[in-house]
Amino acid sequence: MTVSIQLEVNGKPVQAAVEPRRLLVHFLREDLGLTGANIGCETSLCGACTVLVDGDAVKSCTMLAAQADGASVTTIEGLAQNGDLHPLQEGFWEKHGLQCGYCTPGMILSANYLLAQNPSPSDEEIREGLKGNICRCTGYHNIVEAVKYAAERMS
Amino acid sequence: MAGVLGTSIKRREDPALITGRGKYTDDLQAADMAHAAIVRSPYAHARIRGIDTSAAEALPGVLAVLTARDVAAAGIPGVVPVGWLLPDLKTPAHPMIAADTVRHVGDAVAVVVAEDRYLARDAAERVAVDYEPLDAVADVVAALEDGAPAVHEDALGNVAFDWEIGDRESVDAAFASAANTVELDLRNNRLIPHAIEPRAVLASYDSSTGEMTIHMTSQNPHVHRLLMTLASLGMPEHKVRIVAPEVGGGFGSKIHHYADEAIVGLCSMKLDRPVKWTATRTETNLTDAHGRDHSTHCALALDAEGRITGLRVDTAAAMGAYLSTFAPAVPTYLYGTLMSGQYDIPAIHCHVTGVFTHTAPVDAYRGAGRPEATYVVERLMHLAGEATGLGPVEVRKRNFVPADAFPYQTQVALAYDSGNYGPAMDRALEMIGYDDLRTEQASRRDNGGKQIGIGFSSYIEACGLAPSAVVGSLGAQAGQWESADVRVHPTASVTVYTGSSSHGQGHETTFSQIVADKLGIAPEAVEVIHGDTDLVQFGMGTYGSRSAAVGGSAIVKSVEKIIEKGKKIAAHLLEASAEDLEYVDGSFRVAGSPDRALALGDVALQAYLAHNYPDDLEPGLSATSFYDPANFTYPFGTHVCVVEVDTETGSIDLLRYAAVDDVGNVINPMIVDGQLHGGLAQGIGQALWENAVYDDSGQLVSGSLMDYAVPKIHNLIPFELDRTTTPCPHNPLGVKGVGEAGAIASPAAVVNAVVDALAPFGISHIDMPLTPEKVWRAVNG
Repeated sequence: MTVSIQLEVNGKPVQAAVEPRRLLVHFLREDLGLTGANIGCETSLCGACTVLVDGDAVKSCTMLAAQADGASVTTIEGLAQNGDLHPLQEGFWEKHGLQCGYCTPGMILSANYLLAQNPSPSDEEIREGLKGNICRCTGYHNIVEAVKYAAERMS
Repeated sequence: MAGVLGTSIKRREDPALITGRGKYTDDLQAADMAHAAIVRSPYAHARIRGIDTSAAEALPGVLAVLTARDVAAAGIPGVVPVGWLLPDLKTPAHPMIAADTVRHVGDAVAVVVAEDRYLARDAAERVAVDYEPLDAVADVVAALEDGAPAVHEDALGNVAFDWEIGDRESVDAAFASAANTVELDLRNNRLIPHAIEPRAVLASYDSSTGEMTIHMTSQNPHVHRLLMTLASLGMPEHKVRIVAPEVGGGFGSKIHHYADEAIVGLCSMKLDRPVKWTATRTETNLTDAHGRDHSTHCALALDAEGRITGLRVDTAAAMGAYLSTFAPAVPTYLYGTLMSGQYDIPAIHCHVTGVFTHTAPVDAYRGAGRPEATYVVERLMHLAGEATGLGPVEVRKRNFVPADAFPYQTQVALAYDSGNYGPAMDRALEMIGYDDLRTEQASRRDNGGKQIGIGFSSYIEACGLAPSAVVGSLGAQAGQWESADVRVHPTASVTVYTGSSSHGQGHETTFSQIVADKLGIAPEAVEVIHGDTDLVQFGMGTYGSRSAAVGGSAIVKSVEKIIEKGKKIAAHLLEASAEDLEYVDGSFRVAGSPDRALALGDVALQAYLAHNYPDDLEPGLSATSFYDPANFTYPFGTHVCVVEVDTETGSIDLLRYAAVDDVGNVINPMIVDGQLHGGLAQGIGQALWENAVYDDSGQLVSGSLMDYAVPKIHNLIPFELDRTTTPCPHNPLGVKGVGEAGAIASPAAVVNAVVDALAPFGISHIDMPLTPEKVWRAVNG
């Protein structure tokens, strides 16, 4: 049994028939080939699978593809515009905000949501805003710096 | 290019990773790919009475269900080997798939292959295994008790090995005549590595060629190929290609050879088509080799001036249900040999019992033995500071190996090649504002309320593993050199093939800096290839903070060979003597006549044209080196942690963390700092939050991120870092390694800080992790 869904992914219309139980993250990764969102756990805690759904940061391992019917989804692949890196992508590169890179797409999209809510967060607000995303490599020190860099660029 | 070493150039790895284009193992798709799901034991110890696979096989889309019977029928060795042997080590077989007995929760009993990932999991649920549960023992101390359930019949009393180093008699004598002694019983908590990328494998066997390509989450593809072919699948080594694509962290957990990867290889061979398996978080936590898990009694003897006269350590170290790849080395040669710390200790004895338990195996995890050793030594030094009245700073300084005493031969085998411990301590004190902190602490103690504590950790580590002959004599079944093939192309750009395989450390950036510096070219002109056994010559991989010190040195050796050959070519072209040539800023030139010079590109082109060329020289301009270091490297430093403890609730706030590390010369300061940050987070995590808990029946009750507290961003604080620089004297770069330093030093610094805060309550020790409950109970008796 499948259900039909229509949604927008990174600005492009997508139509598909999916199993009702199919997770959004598997739909994005395996059906659409958008492998930027990663899977690090099955309890909605690591945040590696974070994407934007209608502007909200959502853990795509805990949402069904069927629930995204009619939504607009942005993944890390859709963040750079016309070949220009998003300021958050620049910030993570500039400030060494990543090492293995596995958590990075989710971390950047959560930070994107944070900056949309709060364009000039304090260090503490950044740490509060990103606590749904786990990084095992960086100790987070440079992730805070990366988000500050982006906030300055975007203001 | 001058100025490229020691410069924080941005990582070339990052553009792919920040745009989602980096390909990790699970991102890969192959035509006609099937998916595997592994059926695992829910019991820590049980006999398998039977397995009924019929319901799973009946599901449309299921391609195969394999059990131990199929491993036996395949006629392959079918085991997972241990790669480090100790005298009298018990090495019970570790079958790829359990045949009649399971020995930990998560032990593989069957594998299902299906057309689809979801279907494979559905079918795995339908495999009915008839278990007869048996008594289990998960705790390292309980496993040694009389009558404890036996993990293996041939390991009496669950003892895997009994090992010692140092001189027991001289230690006994030191304690007999000591003016002061301090002693401690401690547990070093079991940790789960938690690379955010779970282990994964895509195995593609092709019967038409007899070749197998395995993409997998590996820190050392050649080591995995060797173990996979030799002990598990029984394939010819040259028919197997192992590729580590992007690897999402490892911290040791992706060094080891696991049953699961071999099982997926077997599935692909049986089905003659690509098969992928990706662990769930729960699976990877049940089966990744864990870290630490020691129970230790330790004691320090001091004379009337507070100088250490003896150190005694007795440790029971969990091995888990099976011996993982390098497991026996971790609590022995990577632990007992570190017991001298930064101190001149005349008598040391360390005894270690390796213990089988009905748990996941324990093996190298970031620091591997050295964090455990540092924790023993630095906790004892804290107590010694209290007992002697000298305090934590003076007691350490009084016992530091003096700067003029290097090379320093310890009583536990290692010879420290270099060191200068005082300046790192002094700088740390200055950074933290030590005297002011003590003033504030005194005032808080007078006024009550939240207390602050200051904790030190002056650590040493031995890394850059290391002379092959030495590790071989200690039981390693592998060499510990590293390889590099450096190829200068006709247009003078360069490709480096390194045996050191990155999993997030930025090798491509760092290694390009080394070549750029030595060849006087831009880093952008250097490509770095790693992580593919078909592309790269045999290499040992990335672990033990070895990539810069050993892998980087191999690259330097190759570049030196290239320059020597280039001089001969240039001498021929310039009609000069090769002895008169020097290589400066990317040009071969006649010493004293800088006008007579040829750029690297001119020489490289001629090396490939070979039209106007020395008679006795082969064409081409490339060189391969296998660099075997003369010694380990010995990074050191002093870390200071400041905490605030709420004695009403037991909660701990990190206030400051200052680290002064000496990792020798630094290639890319940004990357070095990043390695320290990550190590600190893991060490602080061990001290405060992380704990792998098995209940009495052997169930892992902290197997998910719901229960196992990996540090989150709001738990941590900005780190304050500085460096002293004492170059390694025996490698060409003067580098030592930095990957593990943070995790080695920090647990002791944090615990010492908390205990320091609680000194007025008469508390001298709390076992990690220092949860609010434990702290509250300690304070409230």
